[in-house]
Amino acid sequence: MPKQENCRILQHQQIASTVFKLTLSSPNLCQEAKPGQFVNIRVSSKYDPLLRRPLSLHRIIKKDNAFQLLYEVVGKGTAILSQTKPGDDLDILGPLGSGFSLPSEKQTIILVGGGMGVAPLVNLAEKIKDQRPKTKDQIIAFIGAGTKAKLYCEKDFKQIADKVLISTDDGSHGEKGFVSDLLYSRLTIHDSRPASIYACGPYAMLEAISNIARKNKIPCQVSMEAKMACGIGTCMGCVIKTKNGYKKVCDDGPVFDAAEIIWD
Amino acid sequence: MGLKTEIAGIKMKNPVMVASGTFGYGEEPSKYVDLNQLGAIITKTVTLEPREGNPPPRICETSSGMLNSIGLQNKGISDFVNLALPFLAKFKTPVIVNIAGDSPEQYAKLAKILSREPIVKGLELNISCPNVKKGGLQFGTDHDATSNLVKTVRKATNLPLIVKLSPNVTDITVIAKAAAKAGADAISLINTFLGMSIDAETKHFNLGAKTGGLSGPAIKPVAVRMVWQTAQVVKIPVIGVGGIMNGNDAIEFFLAGASAIEVGTANFIDPQAPLKIVKEIEEYLKKHNLSHYKALIGKVN
Repeated sequence: MPKQENCRILQHQQIASTVFKLTLSSPNLCQEAKPGQFVNIRVSSKYDPLLRRPLSLHRIIKKDNAFQLLYEVVGKGTAILSQTKPGDDLDILGPLGSGFSLPSEKQTIILVGGGMGVAPLVNLAEKIKDQRPKTKDQIIAFIGAGTKAKLYCEKDFKQIADKVLISTDDGSHGEKGFVSDLLYSRLTIHDSRPASIYACGPYAMLEAISNIARKNKIPCQVSMEAKMACGIGTCMGCVIKTKNGYKKVCDDGPVFDAAEIIWD
Repeated sequence: MGLKTEIAGIKMKNPVMVASGTFGYGEEPSKYVDLNQLGAIITKTVTLEPREGNPPPRICETSSGMLNSIGLQNKGISDFVNLALPFLAKFKTPVIVNIAGDSPEQYAKLAKILSREPIVKGLELNISCPNVKKGGLQFGTDHDATSNLVKTVRKATNLPLIVKLSPNVTDITVIAKAAAKAGADAISLINTFLGMSIDAETKHFNLGAKTGGLSGPAIKPVAVRMVWQTAQVVKIPVIGVGGIMNGNDAIEFFLAGASAIEVGTANFIDPQAPLKIVKEIEEYLKKHNLSHYKALIGKVN
């Protein structure tokens, strides 16, 4: 069950000029959380900014009863969050949302992360490895960013994945171009094993990945984003358009079958 | 502690209700808050037929507030009766159903259907939603339309009727008096303010529907003023709503003349807000040596 609880900050690391890794303590969350779920954080007790900030679960560290979030400072909420220190408590709702459905075994698991979208995919890859230590699955991670300085989690993926392919828009690291183009070019040499795609990143990237998946008849799950108020399914503020009507990102998602979404 | 009350004939253990549209039909919040501790649950607006709601984005945070343009998305009255009410029936807390329609006849039809459900203890007429073309403001901004609507629903049901008023009017007391005269048992105010937000960088509207309803602490001073004005001119209970975040805010509304309050946007920030507010009202009463909260109603000096 999700809970509202005060979680103690264990560590708060700045890993790039505007990107932070936050480690929090919560036995409940570690026990309950699934990859692809998120938490909704109250960054301060003041009324401006008013709303909680949703952040996806980046890693679960069971031995420490801790979980990690990876976030970029993009506005006043995340700016306030970035000032919090180890020993502080944060009011957290979670774990929230549906999470990824894990693939069946003996598959090629294709992870595609763009920018900060890599965050929940690390959790997913670690979970697959954790549950299936002798797996015959093959994990291939495609990670992309605007530029080398904004490419995160390369080391994490290199530890978990069988293969890591990188792209940057400016060509400063890996192949030059979008990560969706990189995926497209590599899928043509893809072997005959069944495969699943798991993607998280900017909207345009997810749309492109979804098209590639459809054309290649590969099942694809995408983790979507939306402005949220409650995060628990009551306000109906965070909907996206799907073939089955408006669906709530916080509650029906954030992970959706890419084929269900009606892209703008 | 003295919190028991009766509003429009509905008995409540305390005067703290949850506002329509901020608590769904209770199921999701029940994971975080004990529904039995609430004064009453006011459900998200239900309409006769399902409504799809407005295009996203539907939420935009503003300074100490938020805009929403949900557009009354709901699955219609039969789903509500078959699925939502059985869940709410598990709790002892009175259920007040918020209803909206395109015409007085639709409101009356909803009232008739809900009158057959024993767990429904009252109705709140939404005549103030700024986010829909029909079933909202066209009733709440005109005293004749308000009067006609309330009379029509009054004939259709014996359930207590609470009329929820819009602040998007020149003089809210005119609408309040019309509702009271037409047979309302209580008045709740205020619904959200019609607002707008634009992204300076992209030059786009921040909401899919362009406009939305402003709520949260930013609107509280206006809500307090309107409650005070309305409480001067009607004899029926006034229920205060608008930006209530804590016990002190609730006390402010009581002093302005509210007989009870609804907690709205605060539910999004803290699902336990209504219960914290109940506790803070109790602490205030203790601190000020008062035996019952009713001693505060309208007692602003």
